[in-house]
Amino acid sequence: MANTNQALRKSPLEGRLGGGAGVTITPADPMSRMSLRVKDKDVKTVGKALGLALPTKPKTSVVSSGKDAQVSALWIGPDEWLVLSGVDADLSGALGKIKPVHSAVDISQRNTAVLLEGPKALDLLQAGCPQNLNDDVFPIGACSRTIFGKAEVVIWRTDAQSYHIECWRSFSDYVFKFMVQAAKGL
Amino acid sequence: MLYIRCPYCEEYRPELEFRHAGEAHIERPSNLAEISADDMEKFLFIRENKRGIIFERWRHIHGCGRYFNCVRDTVTDQIIMTYKSGEPKPSDEEIEKAILALKEEQTS
Amino acid sequence: MSGLYRISGKGRLTPAKTVAFTFDGKSYEGLEGDTLASALLANGVVLTARSFKYHRPRGTMTEGSEEPNSLIGVRRDTARQQPNVRATMQEIYDGFNAVSQNRWPSLAFDIGAVNSILSPLFVAGFYYKTFMWPRVAWEKIYEPNIRAAAGLGLSPTEQDPDHYANKFAYADVVIIGGGPAGISAALTAAKQGVSVIICDENAEFGGALLYETDVQIDGKSGYDWTQDALAQLGAMDNVTILPRTTAFGYYAQNMIGLCERITDHIAVPEADSPRERLWQIRAKKVIIAQGAIERHLVFANNDRPGIMMASAARSYLNKYGVAVGSKIGVYTACDSAYAAAFDLKEAGVDIPIIVDSRSDVDPALLERARELGLNVQTGHSVIDTTGKLRISGIKVAKNGQTANTKYDVDALLISGGWTPSLHLYSQSRAKPSWDGDVKRFLPENPVQDQVSVGACNGTNDLTELLSEAQDAALNAAKSIGVKKLKKVSAPKEVVTSYGHEGDHIGSSHGAGADDQVKAFVDFQHDVVANDIRLAVREGMRSIEHVKRFTTTGMATDQGKTSNLHGLAIAADGLGKEIPQVGLTTFRSPFTPVSFGTIVNHGAGDLFDPVRRTPMHNWAVEQGAVFEDVGQWKRGWYFPQAGEDMHASVNRECKTVRESAGVFDASTLGKIEVVGPDAAKFLDIIYTNAWSTLKVGRCRYGIMTHEDGFIFDDGVVGRLAEDRFHVTTTTGGAANVLNHMEDYLQTEFPELDVWLTSISEQWGVIGVQGPKARDIIAPLVEDIDLSTENMPHMSVREGRICGVPTRLFRMSFTGEMGYEINVPADYAESVLEAVWAEAQKHNACAYGTEAMHVLRAEKGYIIVGQETDGSITPHDAGLSWAVSKKKTDFVGIRGLMRDDLVAEGRKQLVGLKTKDPKVVLEEGAQIVADPNQPIPMKMLGHVTSSYWSENCGHSIALAIVEGGRSKMGETLYVPMIDRTIEVEVVDTVFVDKDGGRLNG
Repeated sequence: MANTNQALRKSPLEGRLGGGAGVTITPADPMSRMSLRVKDKDVKTVGKALGLALPTKPKTSVVSSGKDAQVSALWIGPDEWLVLSGVDADLSGALGKIKPVHSAVDISQRNTAVLLEGPKALDLLQAGCPQNLNDDVFPIGACSRTIFGKAEVVIWRTDAQSYHIECWRSFSDYVFKFMVQAAKGL
Repeated sequence: MLYIRCPYCEEYRPELEFRHAGEAHIERPSNLAEISADDMEKFLFIRENKRGIIFERWRHIHGCGRYFNCVRDTVTDQIIMTYKSGEPKPSDEEIEKAILALKEEQTS
Repeated sequence: MSGLYRISGKGRLTPAKTVAFTFDGKSYEGLEGDTLASALLANGVVLTARSFKYHRPRGTMTEGSEEPNSLIGVRRDTARQQPNVRATMQEIYDGFNAVSQNRWPSLAFDIGAVNSILSPLFVAGFYYKTFMWPRVAWEKIYEPNIRAAAGLGLSPTEQDPDHYANKFAYADVVIIGGGPAGISAALTAAKQGVSVIICDENAEFGGALLYETDVQIDGKSGYDWTQDALAQLGAMDNVTILPRTTAFGYYAQNMIGLCERITDHIAVPEADSPRERLWQIRAKKVIIAQGAIERHLVFANNDRPGIMMASAARSYLNKYGVAVGSKIGVYTACDSAYAAAFDLKEAGVDIPIIVDSRSDVDPALLERARELGLNVQTGHSVIDTTGKLRISGIKVAKNGQTANTKYDVDALLISGGWTPSLHLYSQSRAKPSWDGDVKRFLPENPVQDQVSVGACNGTNDLTELLSEAQDAALNAAKSIGVKKLKKVSAPKEVVTSYGHEGDHIGSSHGAGADDQVKAFVDFQHDVVANDIRLAVREGMRSIEHVKRFTTTGMATDQGKTSNLHGLAIAADGLGKEIPQVGLTTFRSPFTPVSFGTIVNHGAGDLFDPVRRTPMHNWAVEQGAVFEDVGQWKRGWYFPQAGEDMHASVNRECKTVRESAGVFDASTLGKIEVVGPDAAKFLDIIYTNAWSTLKVGRCRYGIMTHEDGFIFDDGVVGRLAEDRFHVTTTTGGAANVLNHMEDYLQTEFPELDVWLTSISEQWGVIGVQGPKARDIIAPLVEDIDLSTENMPHMSVREGRICGVPTRLFRMSFTGEMGYEINVPADYAESVLEAVWAEAQKHNACAYGTEAMHVLRAEKGYIIVGQETDGSITPHDAGLSWAVSKKKTDFVGIRGLMRDDLVAEGRKQLVGLKTKDPKVVLEEGAQIVADPNQPIPMKMLGHVTSSYWSENCGHSIALAIVEGGRSKMGETLYVPMIDRTIEVEVVDTVFVDKDGGRLNG
């Protein structure tokens, strides 16, 4: 009975494209996201269950080494991580049987992401983000919750000229439009 | 725009990432339901709001999300030091030392 | 030929590169690189403006941003019309079009000039004194008329079609000013490997070296030296060079605001280019190299067109090849003016007289003047000028005497010496110190990580200036943490022919207290020396008072040329020393900044985020009219063909109670509370108890602040022993989470519980009405929807349309209802399936307005509507939701405060109008006796009021003093045109026993 009504998935930024020569602005594919909260003493155990060592240094991230079902953990706060993986990953399932008290909340569809790529990607971010994103303090792998214009975002530098920007879905229209506008005349 | 050191992120961040959260070191009595009207008045309403060195709370709301405490001079608007919530109120000597360190940074 | 006054072989512009431009409708030719000021001067156009108050003819006085007179309007097209642009800063391009301002009907014949004849009326403080009485006239007569006459340029009337950009930047060293000091500092710092941003407000870097043609640095002309240095800087990756960029503000902790002008000098800008860019830079070290500003001299009629700073004239000659006149007089108290005179003389311009107010003048200058055949009168002053729309002559008298000689001139160069520019230093909250020898203020006590170098630091000697800048840059690099400083060699040989010695501040000979003359101090605000003396006579003691009384220094030029003169005259009148009278504080912006730049990206669509729910498109398809709720767009009502709002809301309300309605509830705040201490924590946060809530059940909860007043409410479901799904109001979502985090982090950090916002993880489809279960049943998998298994106020996890759901059975309408939470990406698709089922039952889509009516029919409160920060749960009739067993929760003690437990508090009640058709106004006041004298004793006010189609009469909620003891009583709502009789009733208008909830 239910199969006739199988709901279809629609991402908030579906079909959008922006940017130009200096920077491309692309919506990221759907993915699994988890807000993970763990106490200091349990960081190792919980990380192990996810197949990585949860980063404990502010503004850093760790990507698991496994080829398939790669998992990334971004330090957000002293007891908070944003865990990202492919759309089919079962992140809370991985933590289902661990002992330490923790909070794993599915936020796969709370957030959506925009990918920036190109030599002007940093310039574009600096149009809206007041945080210092220069190489010396924001190297490849750095991540931070911050703001972009009037929206809260998480900026994750995935490569020299590549950034993964997370925001809440209802802010994604604003964030995307801001990026398209700011890309003009960089 | 102020530049505020978050004691959890261990670096300075722009004020836009923060939200002010009122005076610091106002303790919520554990027997709140039983305190006198005078004590309740002090707890709920009475704030120092003085000219000079003050203790205040900020939240790194668009950053790590943590509440922390800050010593600021309301005359110069200078942030003298920040520290984690739960840590003791800095002594006069510690504040004096922090002010001197800031001055040195400037004249170096 | 691009103007009669262009001297071939002088300046650096290319004669072949001509551009056509118009000023006040007349066509002229200029050269590429000209400013409007230089191009007009080249064409012999000296009259450029009318003054603000007296409408006196005025011309360009300077060659920089300190220009007080030549404010013009630039007209690019009908939408791009920028008023109050400094002609000295505006570069022209082919097709450039500008108009003069503050004149009617024309610049040469201006009716407003009658103010000049009436000028004895318009002395300082005129407005304060004249328009005091009668009071009513101020609003009706005086202000409108003054406003009509005031102001300079015209604001554009169309929306600005340009866009503006922003850039946050961090740099090790920010250098403000691209003259020799700034360039030298930049080179030195950049070679240490630190990041450097250097800006200059002009199109070209070089400062005074652009026109001081006597300078040689290591065998190169000053200009060539700057070009070499710029080429070196341009080749370094760690250097950002920003021309046409004004550092307009210096803020806390070394934050600098820059305005970069990107397209204003370009004939056809690239379509996508922003017009201006705001830079918000945080610098580890700031080096201020703002330079100095040449002062005028304060003498009678010192404002006629053709009177100009000596350095400006030299600059027009050596940069643009323009002679500012053909018969030019010079009046100076400073050596540097001689350089202008000599350069012009050598270029073939007639210099009939140099008047120097000093008796003791450098013999070398006098010798050089003799060589050039120039007539120098030392110990003399210009005591008056003649001419109407341009200066035609000067009267020169020996100091202290009135007998004078008249000289015919068509321009007069003046110099009262150089004022170090302390604007940004002062903005950084530092106090200037007084240098009595040279009569100037200096930036000697910085309070931020900052250093001033060069002319703004009082260093005029070029050799000294260059090494000072180098030292500052090395120190900056060192303090930033550069361990091994690279050696930077200072120039070996610096040659300059003219110095900047000599100065005069205050009024000159012939413009003293007894002289009834117009000797201008502040040109832009038409303040004369006698205005300042009057202010002192009328009791102004502080320079801050004098400033506000006379408005000296308060124009858009911030008193760049006038401040010291004003101060000196005030000090003289007060019989005090200058430092005792004090310098006023300079404020940002240094020069005006357009609103576009300040707003930058935050215009139009990007003014504020517009948040749409994942089901927004469905509502659009159903013809919803939307309302703004915070940043959200919410479906307000869903009119069908021919329906107005009332008809639509009435139908929606009826349909929900008769069949069902479908509602987008996605905007509600949602917080997942997880951890073994979750219930314990909610016990603290809410007034009611949560530990007792069973898994799979929900409960309505209220939050108060410590003061005991309602702050938010919502339904909370328990998904597991250690997991709650909390909902908040739409508007309260962020604040509730912040409030909860506050208590968790700072008061109860020992609790094992965490909070995560899931507001946007879930799309929420409300289905309310007797048919609600029938509608959703075909779509829901693995949840038994029977009331036995899933009663009112319960929650189940399962699947709907193949996707996970958190299904709440709850109601905000009084009907049986569900809230279907589904992952947001699926929400629209699930809603479409629900809607297809709903239509089979003749259900409707309903919006926030119907939701408001339906809940009011049930007496359910809306936080922020029934409550206003002064209502306790008891006041709102919600005592049942305040735990009597708990020993602590936020607000427990607040609720016991004497005033909160006193008799006679305002309480929530229902109101029924005696005339059932009358709908009360929300906010209307309620009284017991409408015939009592005014001011009446008000018992409370109407908080919600609607027409209820279901009841067949209007309904209202109100807060009324002692309301619950007034049941059945008649009260009155006095309106402007009538008094409405109301009866106090219970808050529940529909289904009082709640039977419908249980379906």
